[in-house]
Amino acid sequence: MSMLEQLTHRDRVFDFLAPVASPVDVRHGPILYMEGVNVSFDGFKAINNLNLTVDDGELRCIIGPNGAGKTTMMDIITGKTRPDTGSVWFGSRHNLLTKSEPDIASLGIGRKFQKPTVFEALTVFENLELAMAADKRILPTLTAIMKPEYRDRINEVLETIGLQQLRDRLAGILSHGQKQWLEIGMLLMQKPRLLLVDEPVAGMTEQEMERTAELLTSLAGKQSVVVVEHDMGFVRSIARHVTVLHQGSVLAEGTMDQVSNDPEVIKVYLGEEA
Amino acid sequence: MAVSQNWLLRPFQERSTQIFLGVLFAALVVVTFLHLFMPQDSALHVSAYTVTLLGKYLCYALLAVAVDLVWGYLGILSLGHGAFFALGGYAMGMYLMRQIGDRGTYGDPILPDFMVFLNWGELPWYWLGFDMAWFAFIMVLLAPGILALVFGFLAFRSRVTGVYLSIITQALTFALMLAFFRNEMGFGGNNGLTDFRDILGFNLRTDATRLGLFIATGIALAIGYVICRAIVASKLGRVSIACRDAEARTRFLGYRVERVQLFVFVVSAMLAGVAGALYVPQVGIINPSEFSPLFSIEIVVWVALGGRATLYGAVIGAILVNYAKTVFTGVMPDAWLFMLGGLFVLVTVFLPKGIAGLLKKRQKQPQTQEATA
Amino acid sequence: MSIIRSLTLLLIALVSLWSLPASAQDDDPGKALLANLAEAPASNVEEAINAIVSSGDPRARGWLEAYGNNRLSRIKDTGQVVVVLNNRGRDWEIANPLTGENMGDMSRRELDRVAINNAIRGQLEGILAMLDLNAADPHVREASAQDMMGKVDASLVEPLEARLELEENANVRNRIEEALAIYRVGEGDIEAVDVLAGSLHPRARAALNQAVRSDDPVLAKKAGQALGTIEQKLKLNRAAETLYFGLSLGSVLVLAAIGLAITFGVMGVINMAHGELIMLGAYTTWGMQQLLPGQPGLALILSIPAGFLVAATAGIIIERSVIQYLKGRPLETLLATFGISLILQQLVRTVISPQNRTVVTPDWMSGSLVINDALSLTLNRMYVLGFALVVFAALMLIMRKTRLGLEVRAVTQNRNMARSMGIRATRVDIMTFALGSGVAGLAGVALSQLTNVGPNLGQNYIIDSFMVVVFGGVGNLWGTLIAGLSLGTINQLLEPWAGAVLAKIIVLVFIILFIQKRPKGLFPQKGRAAEG
Repeated sequence: MSMLEQLTHRDRVFDFLAPVASPVDVRHGPILYMEGVNVSFDGFKAINNLNLTVDDGELRCIIGPNGAGKTTMMDIITGKTRPDTGSVWFGSRHNLLTKSEPDIASLGIGRKFQKPTVFEALTVFENLELAMAADKRILPTLTAIMKPEYRDRINEVLETIGLQQLRDRLAGILSHGQKQWLEIGMLLMQKPRLLLVDEPVAGMTEQEMERTAELLTSLAGKQSVVVVEHDMGFVRSIARHVTVLHQGSVLAEGTMDQVSNDPEVIKVYLGEEA
Repeated sequence: MAVSQNWLLRPFQERSTQIFLGVLFAALVVVTFLHLFMPQDSALHVSAYTVTLLGKYLCYALLAVAVDLVWGYLGILSLGHGAFFALGGYAMGMYLMRQIGDRGTYGDPILPDFMVFLNWGELPWYWLGFDMAWFAFIMVLLAPGILALVFGFLAFRSRVTGVYLSIITQALTFALMLAFFRNEMGFGGNNGLTDFRDILGFNLRTDATRLGLFIATGIALAIGYVICRAIVASKLGRVSIACRDAEARTRFLGYRVERVQLFVFVVSAMLAGVAGALYVPQVGIINPSEFSPLFSIEIVVWVALGGRATLYGAVIGAILVNYAKTVFTGVMPDAWLFMLGGLFVLVTVFLPKGIAGLLKKRQKQPQTQEATA
Repeated sequence: MSIIRSLTLLLIALVSLWSLPASAQDDDPGKALLANLAEAPASNVEEAINAIVSSGDPRARGWLEAYGNNRLSRIKDTGQVVVVLNNRGRDWEIANPLTGENMGDMSRRELDRVAINNAIRGQLEGILAMLDLNAADPHVREASAQDMMGKVDASLVEPLEARLELEENANVRNRIEEALAIYRVGEGDIEAVDVLAGSLHPRARAALNQAVRSDDPVLAKKAGQALGTIEQKLKLNRAAETLYFGLSLGSVLVLAAIGLAITFGVMGVINMAHGELIMLGAYTTWGMQQLLPGQPGLALILSIPAGFLVAATAGIIIERSVIQYLKGRPLETLLATFGISLILQQLVRTVISPQNRTVVTPDWMSGSLVINDALSLTLNRMYVLGFALVVFAALMLIMRKTRLGLEVRAVTQNRNMARSMGIRATRVDIMTFALGSGVAGLAGVALSQLTNVGPNLGQNYIIDSFMVVVFGGVGNLWGTLIAGLSLGTINQLLEPWAGAVLAKIIVLVFIILFIQKRPKGLFPQKGRAAEG
């Protein structure tokens, strides 16, 4: 973003003035703010003038048919993909477009991938250990020691995700659902301000889905959660506020009932499901 | 089980490290004993030639450990580690060259023979200081370290990994080989550096110095092994594995993957440099062929045969392959390349976990101490 | 009047009246002419030569050449004039000058050399050149005129001018005019400088350089200007030559890399034995020439399909025996195929020879296309350049227009989806790999015309090939073409001031840095598919 463009945003802190590792400032508005974001791959517009705001402590569900740009949107927020135009802010202090993935993660944005990615060659315990919020620079990591309070915290999360029995097994042997849980556990270890959760219940049984729904709703309030999900039943069970993406931009926003009655939405998406 | 809080001491509590160090020191002691105290005509006598040969194997073993650190734990297949090895070797070779003094063929007190031969007027600036041992020994670490730092910084920052990285590391060592072949570079061109006389005042041609170098190499291998083990057993080691298996995930956890890669890569390059520096006085020559892509890729097959991501496997592989090479190039030189080529294919297709994998399968012990404790 | 001049005037009249050689030797007028020359006293030699030249006999040139080289002798017993083919040792090998028939060895004591004095010898060169200048073939005339450049002396001016009157071929005219102008500039003729101003011939430049140092300031100035124009033209020609060599080197790189662009770029398989497949192609050419001795051209043409088949078969064997088991493990594939490359190299060393083999270049490929005095393009490189472009176009067609190309793209983009649509992915793998390998074989056939064919042939190209593919952008055939040609040209541009080795190093370092700046190459693939 050019300097001049920044100056037009009087409500925001300029990049060069922002303290490097300052906490997220949500006094003046939303925790996540995306405006006029565009991305195209080889002429294909994956994201088309997307505007989205997520409030602090909110639980937001994002739905949309395949190719609506849900995963690309997450890639933009976490710094994996850089948009062609637009601005993305975390609180009112951090311009996410100028930051790298690890920086964004350290600011307090955690992400769960669509395909569960855990470190299969490490144990469940070690997976959580790596995710733990800590000094992640090289030398502190080299000399890091396992303090009792860290162990307690890991055990706590192990209990939350129900993998205590498997703590010393390699993550590679876990079932698909267990990997999903482990990844959610890793998110929790990060203590993020904002969680981006991509299809959390794919491959889960009914009971597991229920527990996931419980967990996510319990997180909301303390943390902000953005869930991308295909499973309508699941969305209905947790969602207070739903955003429908279609062809890279927001088609509708509102409560689940409002959205599911929107004729546009029914036409492009829900119509097929219902 | 109590795990030491000091990251450097942690390896000593691991079973595998204890066994490794025990075997290594036993070997050093036995060889020394057999060399010094067995009569020359005894079947058990170990000749100075054999001692030096074993010393050479230990240098290769240290080099293999360095490669295993980046390949096994970081997933970076470097096809250019021979370059770091050779740079360390050249730094040592330059020191040894300066030690010759006026005893060279041309009797020039400062200029090495090849420079006199090429009508060089004075010592090039980058040769200055190499008459001092401490300076040369620092350069043994710095020369490969800085190359790895610059190269790694550029490569990892741009997220060049996988086969791309392998290919450009190969191109790097190839370019260096071409460069060192040039006489204008001032490193002896084709012939390299040779005709060394003494090291730290000890005559390189005496048996005692050779034995000393062998023991020094053994100790260097032990230290290098423990350093690698310490890194691997630390949280950083687990982060390395994380980078290897799911780079993007690691990044989203807040780790700077490129810095982890750079750190481990530079440590590995420096270890390779030390191996090269110990290798040169024992074989008595360093020339650009150490930069050849073939040598670098051979190192990788030692590690693959021994079993990667174990470190001790690298040592086993390096010693086995090089012993086989010594035997077969002597008996039937034509067959050696067939064997080496076959080894590449067989190990990758049938023995992906190497010899160490076979050993582990037999023991079938869960390796969890380091993590849970 | 000098002998040459009278000769020439006679000759000109005879240009088109070549007499046919007589069938019977005794009736052969040549016999008398030679005898006449051999027996003539010193004062009549000119006349004898005159007679030979004016006879218009096509063999005259050979006789006079032999005469000038002291190779014309008379057998003491019979008086027969013979040509000495080999005058080393005691017995000399002789031949009949009339028929060319070899007469075996004869003791040198039985032979009597036909004497020649230095005055005649000095003129003989000019006479021979004039003979050629009257030849029927304009190429011979042009070459002879070119020979005369810088050798013209006062005695030749008049016959040359006379010849110029008659000459109809523009090229020959130019040459004669230049040859004359060089002489005239030497004599201080200012207007002749204009004739030389456009000439690239080194003799013309030498003459002008002399003129620059002349006492006549007008001449010196004018010559200086002419030299300036020539220098300009030379620069252009040198640039064109560098470009040609660059494109030629580039075409070699493209050929070596294009197969890799298929196997590595499109399929994602790292084949370190690619260089050895190139080597197999080159050895196929050699083998084909051994099978068809004396017909290097035919053998070369047959080698094109044969080299493709040999390398493709080797490729299929490699794919089936090793690579298919290492799917999805690129680093292991790299190591295993490297092992295969070692085995193939050693196989060639053991079975054929560790030494280089020579592959003959057929006549129609040797020589060069002469554009002007400063620029001539070697034909073999031109053929290779053309061949590379043809191979590239063919591959492009296969990938874009055929069913196989479609299936390859489908399988590489989404293997499972392609399979579920009924594409036999394994078969596509084999076909693609065979195609890429076969193209490597074609590269080998072409390379056999430019470099030595030896066990290390492939090794020298593997790193370059990978660099070209990566530099161009993996999976992009156009990228490979442009990367290959531009890297070749850059290399050649650097060579004059950096030397061959340093140029190569600079190019390598450049690519290493470039890849780090743009990891996906010049023409990256974008989008989700490229992320995997």
